[in-house]
Amino acid sequence: MQHFEITQLLEAIYFRYGYDFRHYARASLERKVINRLRLAKLVNISAMTCKILYEPSFFNLFLKDMSVTVTEMFRDPYVFKKIRTSVCQHLKTYSRVNIWHVGCATGEEAYSMAILLDEEGLLPRTRIYATDYNNHSLELATRGNYKADKMPQYNENYLKSGGKSSLSHYYQQQGNIINFDDSLKKYITFANHNLMKDQVFAQMHLVFCRNVLIYFDATLQNSVLNLLKESLIHRGFLILGDKESLDFSQQREYFENYANKERIYRLCANL
Amino acid sequence: MPIKKESTDFAPTYEALVIGVSAGGLKALSAIIPSLPSDFPLPIVIVPHRKHETEDYLVSYLNKRSSLTVLSASIGAPIKQGCVYIAPSGYHLLIERDKTFSLSIDGKVNYSIPSIDILFDSAAIAYQETLIGLILTGANNDGSLGLRSINFYHGLSLVQDPKSAEFSVMPQTAISTTHVNYILPLVDISDFLIRLLME
Repeated sequence: MQHFEITQLLEAIYFRYGYDFRHYARASLERKVINRLRLAKLVNISAMTCKILYEPSFFNLFLKDMSVTVTEMFRDPYVFKKIRTSVCQHLKTYSRVNIWHVGCATGEEAYSMAILLDEEGLLPRTRIYATDYNNHSLELATRGNYKADKMPQYNENYLKSGGKSSLSHYYQQQGNIINFDDSLKKYITFANHNLMKDQVFAQMHLVFCRNVLIYFDATLQNSVLNLLKESLIHRGFLILGDKESLDFSQQREYFENYANKERIYRLCANL
Repeated sequence: MPIKKESTDFAPTYEALVIGVSAGGLKALSAIIPSLPSDFPLPIVIVPHRKHETEDYLVSYLNKRSSLTVLSASIGAPIKQGCVYIAPSGYHLLIERDKTFSLSIDGKVNYSIPSIDILFDSAAIAYQETLIGLILTGANNDGSLGLRSINFYHGLSLVQDPKSAEFSVMPQTAISTTHVNYILPLVDISDFLIRLLME
C-alpha cells in the first residue's frame, strides 16, 4: 500500500512539475517522504500527493528534502592526492581546462578543487562548473561562506591530500564564518542543472560525480552515465564516489580504469 | 539465564538477520559471528558505528575468524545466505524491497553514519515479518526506533542483556522503547540463533 502510494506521488510530481524521481533508489526516498509526512502532520501519503499537486511551496519543501546537502572539503583525501600527483599531469597538456562537479551541493568540493589547481598552477586556465538542482545550496555555494569550526578537519584532509600550505591561506575569517577568496571564486561557475532532464552544456576534461549515483536505480544511473560520457572530451576523466563503480553499467566498455581505489576512470582511446 | 521460548501458533520462516552495534562492538561481534556455522541459513547485515576509514579493519578481522563470508555491503549487490555484510563506514546502508543494498550520505542520524535505525527501518519494510533484528552493546540511542519498526511489521526483536554488555545504554534504551521478544546474554546469542533457525 505504502509502496503504491509513493509510486503515485512520484507520478504526480512528474506530471505537475517535470521532476522525475521515479528512478530514485526507493528506500532512502521513502524515508524522506515519511519524515516530511510526519513533520507536515499529514494522515497518509495520498494526502501528501494532494498537497504537493496544489501547493507549489510544499513541493519546494519536498525538493529540498530530496536534495543531498552533505559534503565536505577534500572528502577522501587520497582521491585528491591522486588528482594532484597524476591526473594534473594530463590536464597540464591542455591550454584550457573545463571541470564539472555534478551535484555540488554547497560547493565544498569545487573550492577544494580550485585550491588544488591553484597550487598546481592550473587554475588560471581552468573553468570549474559546479551544478546542482537545489537553488538554496547553490546560493550558499556562490557566497562561499562556511562554518569556521569545520576548518581544522578540512585542513587535515587538505594536508593529507598533498596540500602545499594551509587552508587558511585561501579564506578570511569573521567570527565563526569563513569566506573563500575571490581569487578562487572567479574561476567557479555555480549553476542550476538537473540530471533528470537537462543536457550536456560544455565539453569537460574532468567530471566529478561522487555519491550522486548511489541515489539512483540502474536505469537512471545508466542515463546519467551516458550524459557524463557525452560531456567528456576525448580521453577525459570521470571520478565516482568510493562506493560507486561502473562495473555493472552499460557505459563500462567506454571507460578504462585509471586509478582503481580512487574510482578514477578515463575514456578509452579507441572510441 | 534460561531462555524461555515465546509460544507462537506457527513458526515463521525468517529471511534475514540485521544487527546494530556501537561501542564495544568488536568484542560482541567476535563472540557471535565466528560461532555461527557456514550453513547458517540467513544472510546477516550489520551496522557497526565506527570512524570513517577507507580500509575496513572490521571486515577482514571477522572474516579471518568466521566460517561465513564477511564482506563490505556494496550497492546493488543481492543479499545472499552464507554472507555477513558490514555497512561501509561513512555511509548509511539501506535495503531495497527487491532485497538489494543501497547507500546514502544524508546527514547523521542519532549522531551516526551509518545509522542502525536507517538500516532497520528499511529492512523492516523489505522483509516485514521475516526479519530478525538484534541490538548489541553501545553508548547511544541508535537502533531503538528501528527495532520498533521491526516489531511493527511483526518481525522478531532481540536485544543483548544490558548486564552482559560492555556499554549498556543502547540495549537498555531499546528495551525501554519497544517490546522485545528475547533479551539474551552475549554468550548465549549464537546458540540461540542456531537453535531458533537450524533445529
